[in-house]
Amino acid sequence: MAELMLREAILQTLFSEMERDENVVVLGEDIVGGMGTDGGPEAIGGIWGTSTGLYDKFGGDRVIDTPISESAIIGAAGGLGLTGKRPVAEIMFADFLGVCMDQIWNQMAKFRYMFGGKTECPAVVRMIYGAGLNAAAQHSQAPHGILTSMPGLKVVMPSTPADAKGLLSTAIRDQDPVIFLEHKALYAEKGEVPEGDYTIPFGHARLAHAGEDVTIVAAGLMVKFATKAAKTLSEQGIGCDVIDLRTTSPLDEEAILDSVENTGRLVVVDESPPRCGLATDIVSLVTNKAYASLKAPPEMVTSPHTPVPFARELEKAYLPSPDKIADAVQRTLAWK
Amino acid sequence: MQISEDALKQAYRQMKTIRMFEERLHDEIMTGEIAGFTHLYAGQEAVAVGVCEHLDYNDTIASTHRGHGHCIAKGCDVKGMMLEIYGRANGICKGKGGSMHIADIEKGMLGANGIVGGGPPIVVGAALAAKLYGDGRLAVAFSGDGACNQGTTFEAMNLAVVTNAPAIFAFENNHYSEHTGVSYAVGSEDIAGRAESFGMKAWRVDGCDFFKVYETMGEVVDHVRAGKGPAAVEFDTERFFGHFEGDPQNYRGEGEIARIRKERDCITIFREHAAKKKLVSKKDLDAIDKEVSDLIDKSVEESRAAAPPTAEDVLTDVYIDYI
Repeated sequence: MAELMLREAILQTLFSEMERDENVVVLGEDIVGGMGTDGGPEAIGGIWGTSTGLYDKFGGDRVIDTPISESAIIGAAGGLGLTGKRPVAEIMFADFLGVCMDQIWNQMAKFRYMFGGKTECPAVVRMIYGAGLNAAAQHSQAPHGILTSMPGLKVVMPSTPADAKGLLSTAIRDQDPVIFLEHKALYAEKGEVPEGDYTIPFGHARLAHAGEDVTIVAAGLMVKFATKAAKTLSEQGIGCDVIDLRTTSPLDEEAILDSVENTGRLVVVDESPPRCGLATDIVSLVTNKAYASLKAPPEMVTSPHTPVPFARELEKAYLPSPDKIADAVQRTLAWK
Repeated sequence: MQISEDALKQAYRQMKTIRMFEERLHDEIMTGEIAGFTHLYAGQEAVAVGVCEHLDYNDTIASTHRGHGHCIAKGCDVKGMMLEIYGRANGICKGKGGSMHIADIEKGMLGANGIVGGGPPIVVGAALAAKLYGDGRLAVAFSGDGACNQGTTFEAMNLAVVTNAPAIFAFENNHYSEHTGVSYAVGSEDIAGRAESFGMKAWRVDGCDFFKVYETMGEVVDHVRAGKGPAAVEFDTERFFGHFEGDPQNYRGEGEIARIRKERDCITIFREHAAKKKLVSKKDLDAIDKEVSDLIDKSVEESRAAAPPTAEDVLTDVYIDYI
């Protein structure tokens, strides 16, 4: 196994999937970088380094650098998917979801259902999300809750380079529209990545850390924070299961409920604000289906109900942290 | 442009099918048996048929919320459509789409669309796929004068131009976006000119004259199939009914509808032209009328008798079934 950064795992997967299947097409803003300039194509090679070299290898018909037009990008991905191609669209910042909401929500997510199950739209939309780089309110959000609430979409949030590869391969081969959320603060995260063909089925959570006392549920960057908290707590003799959801739609309810039935305590960590989000969703699942197992009220560690702030100190205060997670775990243990 | 007698008869059959489908729906909606919103296309038949006569099943179209005409012109099953509008389990979309979401991918019909301006970006994707297939297929986005004001339409036109996608933007200017007139809502009132400003070739044509639509579309399709880039056409057409069925239409001028039905009915214009040029006999056209009338009668009868979906069906077709 090779050790790769998460962004390298994404790039390699795009390469291999495009090689494997000629129907795979990628499109997005500046994914080639430098089109129409003196520097020429690949002068930038993709803003995030996740598409560098694809244009040189596969050409402009399959690597489509687009104008800044998110509705057209997502709509085109929908049209490509409807007509036999496997598009992988990139939305440079997940925040731009607001611009192209209709094409995601009313169009690609609903094609199969509206058209009576006779239509498939195997489209992947990669969105780069999350806070931690002081990119402020319009370039830092984590909109997985909004997307998870939309029937017809599958929503994926890898937390390790290996998962990024396995889940992206699955996403590209899936027959449904998939939103693939890559946390910008995880791009440089390193880890062992299996070589060759590697897929991870959707709806199967990963146990990132094992323990008997408290269940911590998280996704994406929050898995890293939760695991850090769990390690610190284990030094104090407190055991935590950290469940990495991997996909929020489909949701691995069984993994969550099994763990809570064992530990009797739940802490949900979510990077997005608390109202109508992933954390409330998981808490409601557990209180509805595993109420008798609970020894303490579930805790939610989320961002506050505010936009993402800019200044370092403010953004730090905004995001959940390993310390805040550890405190929440302690509260569930101290509850009487 | 030459068109064979058989092709002319087929075009007339399609136009007449749309017209009778629509007029019958207009009557049936009064019975209260049909749920939801229905937006009728009657009056604009020459556009849908004149455009689609140049397409085959490999070419794709995306339609609007006023989509019945485009569906029929692209070859969707008429009975399946009627069943769908009645919300039946064996409707073309299993009763899950209804009037506004009829689609049939095998026929190259990528869906009517409940969102104004929803179709053009999808068509750019279909056109990019067509480019990859490399066999001359193309994609057509039907939009009204309302959709020409949506940003999605502009994004789509620009993306089509910069990627040299074989897309055609067919604008049906029926002078109304919902209940608002084009003179108010479309600045400059020159929709083709807007398309031209994106760097594509654009045509303007009378959308009530099938022969003009057909001839113009021949040029447009040749242009796009030859790889000369996307193109646009603005059709000047007429909407016989309201925005939706039940619309009182008190925003329309006195005698306006009677006038357009008298002077601008594409079916009358077709028949007059065909008679004058001796292209198809009146007898043949009358026979088609009868054939179509029978088909529509049967479609309504069967739809009334057909079973609705069951409540369990609400959960199916959200995601692919891997079993």
